[in-house]
Amino acid sequence: MGWETVIGLEIHVQLATVSKIFSGAATRYGAQPNTQACAVDLGLPGVLPVLNARVVEMAITLGLALEARIAPVSFFARKNYFYPDLPKGYQISQYEDPIVEHGRLTIRLGDGRDKEIRIRRAHLEEDAGKSVHDAFPGATGIDLNRTGTPLLEVVSEPDLSSSQEAALFMRKMHALVRYLGICDGNMQEGSFRCDANVSVRRAGAAALGTRAEIKNINSFRYVEKAIDYEVERQIDLLENGGKVVQETRLYDSDKDETRSMRGKEDAHDYRYFPDPDLLPIIVTPAQIEALKRLLPELPGARAIRYCQEFGLAPADAEPLSQDRSLADYFEALAGSCGDPRQAANWLNGEVAATLNRQGTTIDLCPVPAASLGALLRRISDGTLSASLAKQVFEVMWTQRSEPDAVIEARNLRQVNDGDALLALVETVLAESPEQVAQYRAGKEKVFGYFVGQIMKRSQGRANPQQLADLLRTRLAPP
Amino acid sequence: MSLIAADIQRVARLARLHIEPDEALHYAAQLSGILDHFATMTVIDTTAVTPLAHAIEVVSGSTRPDVVTEDDHRTELQTGAPQVEAGYYLVPRVLE
Amino acid sequence: MDAGFPETLWAQAQGLRSGAYSSVELTAHYLARIARLDPQFNAYITVCPDRARAQAVAADATRARGESGILTGIPYANKDIFCTRGVLTTCGSRMLANWAAPYDATVVARLGDAGMVMLGKTNMDEFAMGSSNETSYFGAVRNPWDTSRVPGGSSGGSAAAVAARLAPVATGSDTGGSIRQPAALCGISGLKPTYGRVSRWGMIAFASSLDQGGPMALTAQDLALMFNAMAGADPRDATSIARPPEDFSAALERPLAGLRLGMPAEYWDAAADPALQAGLLAALENFRALGASVREVSLPHAAVSIPAYYVVACAEASSNLSRYDGVRFGHRCAAPQDLADLYSRSRAEGFGDEVKRRILMGTYALSAGYYDAWYRKAQQLRRLIQQDFTAAFAGVDLLIGPTTPTTAFALGSKFEDPLTMYLADVYTTGVNLAGLPALSVPGGFINSLPFGVQLIGNYFSEATLLQAAHQYQSTTNWHLQRPAMAA
Repeated sequence: MGWETVIGLEIHVQLATVSKIFSGAATRYGAQPNTQACAVDLGLPGVLPVLNARVVEMAITLGLALEARIAPVSFFARKNYFYPDLPKGYQISQYEDPIVEHGRLTIRLGDGRDKEIRIRRAHLEEDAGKSVHDAFPGATGIDLNRTGTPLLEVVSEPDLSSSQEAALFMRKMHALVRYLGICDGNMQEGSFRCDANVSVRRAGAAALGTRAEIKNINSFRYVEKAIDYEVERQIDLLENGGKVVQETRLYDSDKDETRSMRGKEDAHDYRYFPDPDLLPIIVTPAQIEALKRLLPELPGARAIRYCQEFGLAPADAEPLSQDRSLADYFEALAGSCGDPRQAANWLNGEVAATLNRQGTTIDLCPVPAASLGALLRRISDGTLSASLAKQVFEVMWTQRSEPDAVIEARNLRQVNDGDALLALVETVLAESPEQVAQYRAGKEKVFGYFVGQIMKRSQGRANPQQLADLLRTRLAPP
Repeated sequence: MSLIAADIQRVARLARLHIEPDEALHYAAQLSGILDHFATMTVIDTTAVTPLAHAIEVVSGSTRPDVVTEDDHRTELQTGAPQVEAGYYLVPRVLE
Repeated sequence: MDAGFPETLWAQAQGLRSGAYSSVELTAHYLARIARLDPQFNAYITVCPDRARAQAVAADATRARGESGILTGIPYANKDIFCTRGVLTTCGSRMLANWAAPYDATVVARLGDAGMVMLGKTNMDEFAMGSSNETSYFGAVRNPWDTSRVPGGSSGGSAAAVAARLAPVATGSDTGGSIRQPAALCGISGLKPTYGRVSRWGMIAFASSLDQGGPMALTAQDLALMFNAMAGADPRDATSIARPPEDFSAALERPLAGLRLGMPAEYWDAAADPALQAGLLAALENFRALGASVREVSLPHAAVSIPAYYVVACAEASSNLSRYDGVRFGHRCAAPQDLADLYSRSRAEGFGDEVKRRILMGTYALSAGYYDAWYRKAQQLRRLIQQDFTAAFAGVDLLIGPTTPTTAFALGSKFEDPLTMYLADVYTTGVNLAGLPALSVPGGFINSLPFGVQLIGNYFSEATLLQAAHQYQSTTNWHLQRPAMAA
C-alpha cells in the first residue's frame, strides 16, 4: 500500500499521407514486400531525402489542436543504430529542436473531473521496415515497404496516474488525430502505436522511481492491462528489496505479462547529430494562420456548443463530438428531425448499438441522416411509437428503405384513435375479470398485463401514452 | 589523449566493425596521435559561438508535394542483392 | 597527342562542329589511348567502350539533325563516385566492387543530356577518403608526370586521366580538397563549386555538408563549359540551391583590371616549400600584370581548419557509411553466423584501412561524452572559419594562395602516417567548411613536378573565379604542358 503510479505515454501517429516523408514511394498498407520501397527508402548509395510538405502541415495541425508551441525553426537529426529494418543505419528524426512543444490534452476522468495532461513535444520522424521472423528457416525476412512512412511521435509528460487515465488519454488522442484527418487510427495496421513509460514511487515521494518502457501497445485494452501488470511487478520487486531496472519490455497479451526484450543493447548510444542532408524546417506565422483557419471545430469546443445551442447534457454531447463524421451526422440529423435531444438519444443509443453489432462505423452507416430524421419526425408527430420505430430502423438499415414506405408496407401506423383504443380496452378488460379484480385490489403490476394484451391485439401499434391514460381511467374505481 | 585498444573496441562495436586485437592496438595508437594533434581545437574559445551545420543558412530546404512518384521497381532494385527470397531481404535469424 | 585531334574540350567542340571529325572518331581515339597507356597510370577502374561508342553515334546523329550544343559528342571521364545506371559504380571500394547502380546521378544525367560521351569510371580513394589515391581497392593511381609518385586524391584517377590525355575533361568531387589537390599535383585545372551548386543526387556520400561535385579539365574555359551543364538546383537534392540561370563562360574574356586579390597571411607560412612560395609570387606578378591588385588578408583560424574538417567529415562519414551492411547490396561476408557477424565482418572485409580509421574517428567524435568536445566544438570552429572568410571578402574579390604545401610525393611515403597526409590539406579544407567556391590552376613546375595556384571566391562567384583563371591562363602556358609519359 501507499504506492503511486507515474506514467508517460509516447504515441507514434502514422500520418495519413499518400507518399513517404522523404521519398515519393507510396505508403498504402498491405502491398507485396518491398514493392513500395524505392531507392531512397532502401538507403542505396547516393540517395538523398526530400521532405514531404504535407507532413509539416499535419504536424502543425496537431500542434494547434494541442494548443502547443509551433517552433519557427526545427531541425532533423540522425539517430544512429544498426538493425535490419533500418536500411541507412540511422533513422531521420528530430532531437533537440522538435516542431511542436509544450501542448496539452484534457481527459475526463470516471468521476466527471477534467484532468489536463501536458504534452512535452511532438516530433517528425520516419518509420522503419518490418521483420518477419518465422517464415524463413534460420533467417529473418526484411520488408522495407514501411520504411519512410511519416510518423509524428507525441510525448506526454509523466502526468498520468493510473492505467485508466492512460487508456483515456490514448483514446482521446486517437479520436483527435482521426478527427483532424491526419491519421486513420487503424491500430491493427499499426497506424497508431503506443509506448508506455511506467514507474512507481511511495505516495508523497518527490523523486520519480526508475521507469521501464513497455513498447508497441496497439490497443486501448492492452494499455491498461500492460500497465496494471507492470505496476504490480514493480511494486512486488521493490517491496521485496529489489530494484527496478531501466529497460525496454514487451507486453504479451496471451499471457498478460510484460517481458524484458531479449537481444537489445542495454543502453544505445544513438550519437544524434543534425542531419546534413536536410535543411531546417521553417514555419512562418502566415503558414500557422493559414492552417489555423483550416482547423475544424475541435471536439471540446463542439461539445460545448452542443450543450449551449442544443441543450444537450455534457454526457450526451461528449460521445457525439469526439468523432468528426459522427458529429457531422448528428448535426445533419438534428436539422432533419428538428429535435437535437431526440437525435442525440438515438445516435448514442440505437444507432451506436447497431453500428457496434454490425462492426461498422458511422461513415458506412447505410441509413442517411435525412432518412433517420424523417423516421424521428414520425415519432414526434405520433405516427409511430418509439418501440416500433426501432423495428422500422432495422428494416431501413437492411433494406435501404425510407420510413414512410416501411410504415405503410407493414401497417405500423400508431393507433391514436381514441375510440378504437377504447374498444380494445373494453374488449381486454371484459376478457380478464380476474386481473381487473386483482388490479382494483391493489396489484399494480397487473397494469402491464393489460398493456401487453392490448399491444398484442394491435400488433404493437397502440399509442402507449393514450393507452395508459385510457386504461387508468377505465380501471379507476367507479 | 591516450586511447587504448578497449576504447577502439567499444567504438568499433558501435560502428559494427570487426577489429582484431592487434588492429585495435594499431588504431588506438594512430587515433591517439591524430586526436592529440586535433586537440588544438580546444584551445580556441567558442563560448558564445553557435555551431554551423550548413554553410548556407536560413534558406529552407526544398520540399516535395505529397504525391506518389515511384513505381514498383523491386525486381531491378533487388538485382544483385546478397540474399532475397519471395521479395524479402534475408539476414540470419534475429531473436526479439 | 596523336595527329588530328586537339586536346581541349573547346577545341574539340570546334572540330566537331566544323565536321573535321566525328564524335565516333574522337571517342575511338581516346579509347585507344586508354587501352595503350592507362596500364601505366591505373586512372580507370571501368572503361565502357560499347556504351561510349553508342553514345558517340547518338551524338553524331544529334549533330546531323542540327540539334547539337557545345558539349555534344565530347568524351569525358567520370569519377567512380557518381552512380551510373547499369555500369559498375565502385567508389574505389571492395564494398561496391560488383555493384552496378540502378539509377544515374543527376550530374551524369545532365552531362548525358548535353550529349557528352562517358569513356569510363575513374579510380579514386576509397569512398573519397584520401589525398593520394592510394587507398583504392583497385590499386593506386600513378601520377603521369612521374609514375613513382601519387596523383593526389581523392579524384586522383580523374586528374591523371586528364593530365595523361586519356580524356579531355572529367568529373571529380571535393570534400576537403579532392578536386583541387589532385588537379594541382597533376598540373591540370579543377573547380570546387559553391556548396549547393551541383546536385549530390547519385554522388555517393562521404561528408554530406562538405561534398560537392565539379569539373576537371586542362583549361579554365573547359571548366566553365562543363560546369554550365553540371550546375543547377535539383528537386532530388534538398541542399541544392536555386540560383538564376548563368552562363559561366560568358565573362571569361573580360579584363581583370580592378580585380582585388587577397593573400591570406596564414597560408604563407614556413611549412610551404620555398620554391613553391617563389612560384606563387610569380603568379601574383602575372595577376598584377593583368590589372589585379594584391593585398594581404587574414584568416585567423586557418590552422584549425584541419581538425575541424576531419572531425566534421569523419563524423558525417561514419553515419553515411552505416548503410553498407551486407543486407541489401554490396559486399557480404561468407557464411555469417548471426546478424552481428554479418554486419561486422561484411564491413571489416568491405572497407579498407583508411575508411575504417575515419569511421572509428567519426563514431568516437559523436559518441556519448565526446560529442560536445569534438563534434560540437568542430562545428563552432566552422562558424569562426566562415566568419574569417566573410571578413576577408569585405575588402577583396578573390583569395589567392597555394593549393598544396608540396608537389607530388612518392607513392607509399605518407601512407604509414595518416596524420602527415591530413596536415597537407591545410589550404583546401577551410573552403569546404565555409562552403565557398575555389579552383586550382597550374602555376608552374618545381623539379619538373607541377604545382597549383588556388583561387577562392565568395559564395556563387564561380564566374569571377573562372574569369580570373582564364585570364591567367592567357598569359601563362603551364596548363599546356604535357607529361612525357603521355605521348
